[in-house]
Amino acid sequence: MFDQLSERLQGTLAELRSRGKLSEADIDKAMREVRLALLEADVNFKVVKAFTADVKARAIGGGVLEALNPGQQVVKAVNQALTELMGGSGADLVISPRAPTVILMAGLQGSGKTTACGKLAKTLIADGKSVAMAACDTQRPAAVEQLQLLGQQVGATVYSQGTERDPVEIAEWALGQARAETQDVLIVDTAGRLHVDADLMAQLSEIKRRTKPHNVLLVVDAMTGQDAVNVAEQFAEAADFDAIVMTKLDGDARGGAALSIKAVTGKPIVYASVGEKLDALERFHPDRMAGRILGMGDVLSLIEKAEAEFDEADAEEMQRKMMTAQFTLEDFLKQLKQVRKMGSLSSILGMMPGMGKQIKEMQNQVDDRDLDRVEAIILSMTPAERFDPSIINGTRRRRIAAGSGTTIQAVKQLLTQFEQMRKMFKQLASGRQLDPRALMQSQVGRAGRGGGRPSGGGRARRRR
Amino acid sequence: MAGEWAEAFDLGWREPRDAPDGEPQGDPSDRGERRRGRLKRLRDSLARSRSALGAELRSGLFETLDAATWERLEEALIMADVGAPTTADVVGRLEIEAESGAFSGAGATRARLVELLAEIAGSKPAKIDLRDSPSVLLMVGVNGTGKTTTTGKLAYRLQRELGLEVIVAAADTYRAAAVEQLQTWSERAGCQIIRAETGGDAGAVVFDAIAAAQSRAADVVLCDTAGRLHNRADLMKELEKVRNVARRRLPSAPHEVLITIDATTGQNGLRQAKLFAEAVDVSGVVLTKLDGTAKGGIALAIARELGIGVKLIGVGEGIEDLRPFEPREYAEALLGE
Repeated sequence: MFDQLSERLQGTLAELRSRGKLSEADIDKAMREVRLALLEADVNFKVVKAFTADVKARAIGGGVLEALNPGQQVVKAVNQALTELMGGSGADLVISPRAPTVILMAGLQGSGKTTACGKLAKTLIADGKSVAMAACDTQRPAAVEQLQLLGQQVGATVYSQGTERDPVEIAEWALGQARAETQDVLIVDTAGRLHVDADLMAQLSEIKRRTKPHNVLLVVDAMTGQDAVNVAEQFAEAADFDAIVMTKLDGDARGGAALSIKAVTGKPIVYASVGEKLDALERFHPDRMAGRILGMGDVLSLIEKAEAEFDEADAEEMQRKMMTAQFTLEDFLKQLKQVRKMGSLSSILGMMPGMGKQIKEMQNQVDDRDLDRVEAIILSMTPAERFDPSIINGTRRRRIAAGSGTTIQAVKQLLTQFEQMRKMFKQLASGRQLDPRALMQSQVGRAGRGGGRPSGGGRARRRR
Repeated sequence: MAGEWAEAFDLGWREPRDAPDGEPQGDPSDRGERRRGRLKRLRDSLARSRSALGAELRSGLFETLDAATWERLEEALIMADVGAPTTADVVGRLEIEAESGAFSGAGATRARLVELLAEIAGSKPAKIDLRDSPSVLLMVGVNGTGKTTTTGKLAYRLQRELGLEVIVAAADTYRAAAVEQLQTWSERAGCQIIRAETGGDAGAVVFDAIAAAQSRAADVVLCDTAGRLHNRADLMKELEKVRNVARRRLPSAPHEVLITIDATTGQNGLRQAKLFAEAVDVSGVVLTKLDGTAKGGIALAIARELGIGVKLIGVGEGIEDLRPFEPREYAEALLGE
């Protein structure tokens, strides 16, 4: 659904390539594509308008018109402008010289404030600080209990007084407690509120006035649309927040809301929440976000996802084996299973950049059922065969094909492709550059095609 | 934006029983009166959300029809999260029709725009299918969009106002306190709840709830499921499994799969609806949190691109704040009337 921006731009500019040069009108045409990509990413309409004007000026000034690959140049200009706009690479929490440093969390309902409190506490504790949290969300049932539970998990003290007292008083009392117990940091969790709810917004200002926080953080859901700017402006008015925490970035939203808020309020994004686990809070990377908003693939996220699933020692061992060409079918099977834990094949391919069209075609071609067949074929081999496929002769092939419910042809194909892959690893080890297209074409994933259903282990998985 | 409850459900042969309390089936003039009162409330709660777009359109946008007019209309729709493709489609059609002279004048242009928007937003069939006994409804969606609250409000509506026998299945066995939250709602609605411990099997809860409904001759089973991000393949598989388990007990189930979409959601809402629909054949949208300034325009994009229309809307935290969807009123509200 989301066309990759670079691909679209290339399409727009390709027809003009033959003329060798681009005119200003061509740039305008390209900017329309950029505009669409940004709108699809939920960047605020007004921000988009100003932004495309800026990029156009940059592109023309930067000599795009004379460049040999104008499409890429335009993408580069856009990317740079976006990264700069999101800026804040130097943004950090303010740590007060006099403890405790107070951090006030605010945001709409369901944006993930309470969870963000727990994650932030964990990060700060890892930095060697003592952290306490104040449970001032007296609105939502079980919010206090949730914060207490999070406190236990990360090792932070939680100050709570139930749900009957006024949140302003709870906050003030908690600050006193934190001082008395010489905590380094106090994180104040507040109730989610609609920015149009005047009473609750007044309450938020009051909490701010009484606790004098060093940092007011606005928690924003990455999936928020055009309304993000309204929300941010209202919160800025009531509590003049200092920075943004962006949540649910592990979804596939492009997160244009953050950019809009940054552009409109000038406040930087300091943290991004990228998963359900408590350590899934990370420093915000403007450059990665720029790529994500433009749909240019997100290699870094892919790597992170892989890191989350793969055991590091395992991965090192695997890499060693690949480099020394000791990579066996058994290893391959193991790796295949790990990769599949990350999600469907097409979703993984979707995160890869640069190969635009080819990836699109691949996405249509790869079918997870093919991988079922590959697994079935390998599972039907003996350990000796998996270790050394060269011993597989005609008889063995027939047995493997029957055992996996595929064809002799499919078994042969898998073995040939595995051999190619091993050769490629050898090349890689010897330091030669890989051709990504060759890698794709030799994908072992397509071996089982046309080979009937697998019977291996009776796992009849079906997609769609 | 909100329609009549009497038209919201397809009850088949079933006659609404005498409701223990709530709205009696009064004479039509009386009903009209109530309807106006409710609309006023809705308008009040949506007052802010409409103001921006409303001001734009009221300030004589259609007095003269030129390029600037269409551009401003485009801007207004995009600001409402309708999305670029749907906006281009609507504005393009309106522009062509205006040029061909199909209508003229500001009033007629505006009326045609409302018609176009309503056409897109409407779902077919618009009614929630409750013909079977029991009818099984599966509530799905991303975390924090309002599934449990919607389930509770709907249970109340069906049990208290329509006099149907409802069983809710607390199949969100993941989030802490989700079961307790639904328990509170089921007490308010006065309906049965089938639950398991947190961490229990969601499919088993649904299976048991359908079995209970069959043996007690209940009318409706409402299944609340755990929130999940649509790009988590494993969690979507799990949801598919819950649906399949329901089918095993009752082959015609689920009769409706409703996805909750937060009105503040931007273009990602389309992805949410698409992936949930791929997994469990979503039959309708519940557009929640329309009481903020967000206009929920993404619902138009979902209806246009996926053919999944809105069936219910949530406009507040109160028990009365779940309403049937009425495309024309929604379009009017979107344009500030």
